[in-house]
Amino acid sequence: MKKKDQKEYWRRNVRLLFICMFFWFFFSYVTGIILVDQLNQIQVGGFKLGFWFAQQGSIYFFVALIFFYSWRMNKIEKEFDFNEKES
Amino acid sequence: MELKTLTYIVVGATFALYILIALMSRAGSTGEFYIAGKSVPPLANGMATAADWMSAASFISMAGLIAFSGYDASVYLMGWTGGYVLLALFIAPYLRKFGKFTVPEFIGERYYSKTAKIVAVICLIFVSFTYVAGQMRGVGIVFSRFLEVDVSIGLLIGMGVVFIYAVLGGMKGITYTQVAQYCVLIFAYTVPAIFIAIQVTNNPIPQLAFGGQIEGSTSHLLTTLDELVTSLGFNQYTTGVKSKIDIFCITLALMVGTAGLPHVIVRFFTVPSVKDARTSAGYALLFIAILYTTAPAVGSMARYNLINTVQPGEVGTEAGNLKYIDRPDWMMRWEKTGLVEFQDKNNDGRIQFYNDQNPNYIEQALEYGWQGNELNVDRDIMVLANPEIAGLPNWVIALVAAGGIAAALSTAAGLLLVISSSISHDIIKGVVIPNISERSELMAGRIAAAIAIIIAGYLGFDPPGWVAEVVAFAFGLAAASLFPAIFLGIFSTRVNKYGAISGMIAGLVFTCGYIEYFKGLFLKFLGSPWGENIASNWLFGISPEGIGVIGMILNFCVALLVSHVTSRPPREVVDLVEKIRMP
Repeated sequence: MKKKDQKEYWRRNVRLLFICMFFWFFFSYVTGIILVDQLNQIQVGGFKLGFWFAQQGSIYFFVALIFFYSWRMNKIEKEFDFNEKES
Repeated sequence: MELKTLTYIVVGATFALYILIALMSRAGSTGEFYIAGKSVPPLANGMATAADWMSAASFISMAGLIAFSGYDASVYLMGWTGGYVLLALFIAPYLRKFGKFTVPEFIGERYYSKTAKIVAVICLIFVSFTYVAGQMRGVGIVFSRFLEVDVSIGLLIGMGVVFIYAVLGGMKGITYTQVAQYCVLIFAYTVPAIFIAIQVTNNPIPQLAFGGQIEGSTSHLLTTLDELVTSLGFNQYTTGVKSKIDIFCITLALMVGTAGLPHVIVRFFTVPSVKDARTSAGYALLFIAILYTTAPAVGSMARYNLINTVQPGEVGTEAGNLKYIDRPDWMMRWEKTGLVEFQDKNNDGRIQFYNDQNPNYIEQALEYGWQGNELNVDRDIMVLANPEIAGLPNWVIALVAAGGIAAALSTAAGLLLVISSSISHDIIKGVVIPNISERSELMAGRIAAAIAIIIAGYLGFDPPGWVAEVVAFAFGLAAASLFPAIFLGIFSTRVNKYGAISGMIAGLVFTCGYIEYFKGLFLKFLGSPWGENIASNWLFGISPEGIGVIGMILNFCVALLVSHVTSRPPREVVDLVEKIRMP
């Protein structure tokens, strides 16, 4: 692969990483810790929302986030026509 | 059938299965011994990683911890799952691309330095042994409670089983037994949880029952629980007492520590490709999440059941408290182990279970004629006693015993393997005898594994009093030393060996020093702990559990700073970094 493509691929990976890190931080630290008292004012079913994020929601979002990243990376790699050799 | 016989059968059957798998997947080469010949399918690796990760602490202790500290225990739930995001995004794919056997090997090559490698090996061995001692202890507890054998005999049996499959099969044997162990442990965890969820809320899915309405009432479980616990002087279940900064830092230290733990990272060396490493991290977290989202539900229901058992009537009325002679069977059984204790302080023959440490509640309690909390329940028994509390059939109890053992053994095996491979591969082959033949190296790996098992067994038999405390230490250490070195090794081409080594040492010394200052683990002979472990003494209000975060920041700063004033890394190292960035 050309040097230019390598740079571009890495740039797009890093951008995707920033996006993922934003959501990672938001759905755990922001909703489950920083704003937990405010969100606890909202009752969803039997849960206070902040508490739900801290003990349930954050975990679901983490799982979704890894699969999202993995799916996007596979797409990017296809675009750049990577044929990963199994080694 | 009698419980004991049934437990023997169930546990025996799972052991037979593990050994059978081990015999079928013997390792023939160092590649198979260290990383299962890079041939593990991502789904299987996900299961193996989940079993590797979920230890005796996750299986036995976590739900109990949540039951007794409510919201504050969220740090473990978020911390021990969110780390997988970091692992999948920043570590696993690149180290898989690097394609070697161990984590110190990466650090050694990336920082072109044997010193860096040796520092990494020391961190790895310390972190892993800390952990493994706790696992062996877990095996011992389960054996002594359910099979009524001596803790030491339980330990010997556990060591024997791990010995067979870790020494013979290496990573290959461990991987496939871990897959089986995952199935056993997740089944054993969710079945009682489902039963209890149905009993309490009439909803079979624990995650939904958690927010459901209590059977026969229109009130929600968590709302009722909040009212119940506060009426007994405890802190509200859904809010915490820890400061925000501390919760934040502990969560972050656990996450970063998770992503820096060698026995977890090395699991991603076993899949066929970079793409598989990413997917497999997703599967791993999915399988972990099944237990981690069930645990808080189990915790809340266990707390509710416990309070309802001892406080069946209105708080403050005489008949509101359970008579000691009417206590349920499970309480009698666990009293024998000393993990449940009752002391009739006001001699009324009834059990008072409340928070006698709450200064605002003392007057109220005196008015009721209560003279102190009379019941102590060890939080570790919550999961193990849960099926008994809920009155579930004996086969479920036997299953929980097998699940607890599976959780402990799978984690122990993973840890023992990274210890033995860092000794045989990084130290013996990497430093002492570089031209060792593959056969001798394999033999060295097996001997190292065997010795590690014996040391681990000894630590489990005679655990230093501080095993529980050093777990926080292990995470803080991984966060402050290994994670930054690996991360910078991939995402920076500028960081050189001087930066990496001084960064690791700075993070290590600071974190160890801080924990030692407040907890006093190793330097007791010099008079540690030197400071009282209370919030007003802590740096920025961060407890020793969360201090790894500051250690990590320090590591990053020192590494970058030192690298910028010293020479660039050589050309071939920059090429290496560029190579591992491409799949």
